[in-house]
Amino acid sequence: MNGSLAASGAPVPSAEARGARRDALRGFALALPATLWTIAFFVVPSAAILVWSLFRREGGVLVTDPGFDNYRRFLEQDTFRLALWNSVEVTLIVTVISVILAYPLAYVIATRVSLHRQRTWLMLAVLPFWTSYVVRSYAWLLVLAPDGVVNRFLLATGFATEPVALSFNRGATVLGFVHFFVMLCTLTIYASLARIDPKLRRAAADLGANGLQTFLRVTLPLSMPGVAAGAFLTFVIAIGDYVTPQILGGNTELLMPQVILLQINRRADIPMAAALSMLLMLLVTAAYLALARWLTARRT
Amino acid sequence: MREPAELKLDRVSKRYDAVTAVDDVSFDVPPGAYVVLLGPSGSGKTTVLSMLGGFTLPSAGRILIGDEDVTLVPPAKRPTATVFQDYALFPHLGVARNVAFGLSVRGVPKAEIAQRVAAALKLVGLEDFGGRSISAMSGGQRQRIALARALVTEPALLLLDEPLGALDLSLRRQMQEELRHIQRSQGRTFVHVTHDQEEAMAIADLIVIMNRGRIEDIGPPTRVYERPRTCFTANFLGESTVIEGTVVACTDGRIVVDSVCGRVEVSGDRAVGSLVHIALRPEALRIGRCADGDQPLGEMQVEDCIFQGSFQRVAGSNIHGLRLLAKVEPQSRTVGQCVPISARRSGLVLLED
Amino acid sequence: MNASHSGWDWISVLVMSPLFVFIYLPVAVLVLFSFHAGQVPVPPFEGPSLTWYAKVLASDRITSAGFNSIVVGVLSSLVATLLATLAAWGLARHRVPGARAIEALLFLPLAVSYLVIGVGLLVAFSAVGIGKSLMAVGIGHVVLNLPLAFAVVYGQFDRDQARLEQAARDLGATEVQVFLRVTVPLLRPAILAAFLLSLTFSWDEFIVAFLLSGFDPTLPVVIWGMLRTGLNPQTNAAGTLVFLASLAAGIVFEVALLRRRRDARAG
Repeated sequence: MNGSLAASGAPVPSAEARGARRDALRGFALALPATLWTIAFFVVPSAAILVWSLFRREGGVLVTDPGFDNYRRFLEQDTFRLALWNSVEVTLIVTVISVILAYPLAYVIATRVSLHRQRTWLMLAVLPFWTSYVVRSYAWLLVLAPDGVVNRFLLATGFATEPVALSFNRGATVLGFVHFFVMLCTLTIYASLARIDPKLRRAAADLGANGLQTFLRVTLPLSMPGVAAGAFLTFVIAIGDYVTPQILGGNTELLMPQVILLQINRRADIPMAAALSMLLMLLVTAAYLALARWLTARRT
Repeated sequence: MREPAELKLDRVSKRYDAVTAVDDVSFDVPPGAYVVLLGPSGSGKTTVLSMLGGFTLPSAGRILIGDEDVTLVPPAKRPTATVFQDYALFPHLGVARNVAFGLSVRGVPKAEIAQRVAAALKLVGLEDFGGRSISAMSGGQRQRIALARALVTEPALLLLDEPLGALDLSLRRQMQEELRHIQRSQGRTFVHVTHDQEEAMAIADLIVIMNRGRIEDIGPPTRVYERPRTCFTANFLGESTVIEGTVVACTDGRIVVDSVCGRVEVSGDRAVGSLVHIALRPEALRIGRCADGDQPLGEMQVEDCIFQGSFQRVAGSNIHGLRLLAKVEPQSRTVGQCVPISARRSGLVLLED
Repeated sequence: MNASHSGWDWISVLVMSPLFVFIYLPVAVLVLFSFHAGQVPVPPFEGPSLTWYAKVLASDRITSAGFNSIVVGVLSSLVATLLATLAAWGLARHRVPGARAIEALLFLPLAVSYLVIGVGLLVAFSAVGIGKSLMAVGIGHVVLNLPLAFAVVYGQFDRDQARLEQAARDLGATEVQVFLRVTVPLLRPAILAAFLLSLTFSWDEFIVAFLLSGFDPTLPVVIWGMLRTGLNPQTNAAGTLVFLASLAAGIVFEVALLRRRRDARAG
């Protein structure tokens, strides 16, 4: 009895292992095309940026001795350093304003609108999200033009006696950015707020917390993941955006993406553009690590 | 129609890395029986069902349905069908098309499908609901659809994974009766997993009690209830008083045990001096003067009396602190009162260790 | 405070109205002045007139760019959705060693600016001698959209769906039947959503197209060129058409997602 049972038990684990191997192979084969695409057209080009950033352009020729000339030039030349600083400054301002404006909007939709109308209101709040970047910035140009609607309004109501310069400055860039990112942050913050069980707010009230206490101690902390996600997306997208500052900011101050495009289109200096792109990538990675760290710190 | 088949598990184990979910389990089920796998969560009962259905490969052992070794047969080719815990009805198909699924993937002709689906829906009392969408069905109706969908494929073995868990109590009792009725009328072998011991006793021909991946006890409900084999069974299936003691004498298949309830005689065979446990069901404990032939157990102090309709549940403890439970005819008793207690001899069961 | 409370309280109105004005102002001005009869799209409004729409539709440059955008959008979205679906199926339904690493790799492009991805492709393509073309733009758009499409489809392969596939197998369905009769129908809204999301992103995408498109520009690149002429109602008209097209895709996307959620609840 014992012998035959031991024998019958033996083939099963190997069949289990064989099945697992075939399963793993099939799964891998299915994921392979997407993986290869990402490697070929994302990982390899990213590596190419790194390599090219070590080359340099001298007198219209590409010099392929690796070195840190481009990075040295970045540190030495004010235009480059200033562009990076402007980018960080503008992006941080945009991120903070966007979150501050989006939060009340998301909060009203998530807590004051009846459940079956929430999706409709959310959709309405982010409808212009679907305008393309270029078109949206152009639309703001129309609004802010010297004889555009805002200036007409200011003149008509007596707030101003002559047209105010609203476009082609940092304020216009920030405004254009904020318009887009308010909608994005509304989406992420709403998603976070909607996930909070309404019973928790009722429980806090039941335990004697007033409206403000409930908000500060229950709702706000629980919605922080949505705030963090919105802020991170805003930072990453805004810092790499060329269109908004180029159309609305004009040439009064340059941001990193504008300087990068300048190297490519005007100077044909691909190595310098690559080095600046690397710095941009590093900046985003730093933001990501800061976020990850903040999230883990919160959890513990 | 497939004939109901015998089911045989032969030293089946399932190990996940460090954890042994099912440990060397063997049992046989005669054709046409209603088997209930009963155990607490984590006892391995669901893993056994999953291995019967072919969703989990055993790490060792064999599973036979009829004469066929199905250990390595994939679910699609097994003569089994499953009623899943939360039904797993296809939300993109209507009621009738859900039921038809198993026939349609096997290429059964359309006319035959229509006829068999109609019969299956009639069997579960949903003949007028074929055209409805799943989202329009209530919990109880979904349960019936899941049952019809599995039965229509005429499986040799129907597997039910906590099928009544999501239903409220009255609906659950009603569905138990219906399941039993359908199983009888079709003569099919059912294997049903639950953690509800009342459900198990109400429905099963054969109860398999599992704990920590092993079988604790297996047998018809009356046998398992009245003569539990282990301490675990005695406490998990219904309630018991377990009396601990030392064997002081052993003659002709009867032992005398020195316990906190005094000297107790029980049938069994153990060496003198060994520690034993004796189970006593509440129905076998008597309060009042010891009748002829019964086993006197000393006295207990009444701590709690609960009226439960036709009987009274009396809990108390004796001077050694042993808790005792009795189900007796209702009678006025006061808490704190000391009463003599005794047991029906056949109700004293020597447990395995 | 509670949800059953109907009508608006004044705080909500106070919060919502200025934000809605802010959000809708540029779009309203854009659309309104696309019907402007005058030469410069500033108040006072003259019209309405369809002159500028006629000019847009008569412009070969704009219409052919629109056609390019559609071709790039549809093809790149098809490729992105197909690759994403296969990868999601492979990783969600098979036990692949290193699945987490593959997942992380597929999500990686999300954490990098479009501009950097565009510069990378520009450098890499010129290094191996691939010229600027619509094809290059399409390849870039697949890179941008693959992580999003993957996230959408991967999210649908949840435990609920795994149970349903198992139920189908139990009822005798072969692997192919499981895929065609259960996986794909249940996945269809997610696949559609992934496709539409990719389509609108590709349709609106500027920087990668700007860097890689060469002589066959897409619509956003052409509109970018039109901005050099300053404020012009023709740009308003073209912009309005682009907006309406994305809006249509966006609404279908919303509806597809909604249906998916309702289905999920039914199971």
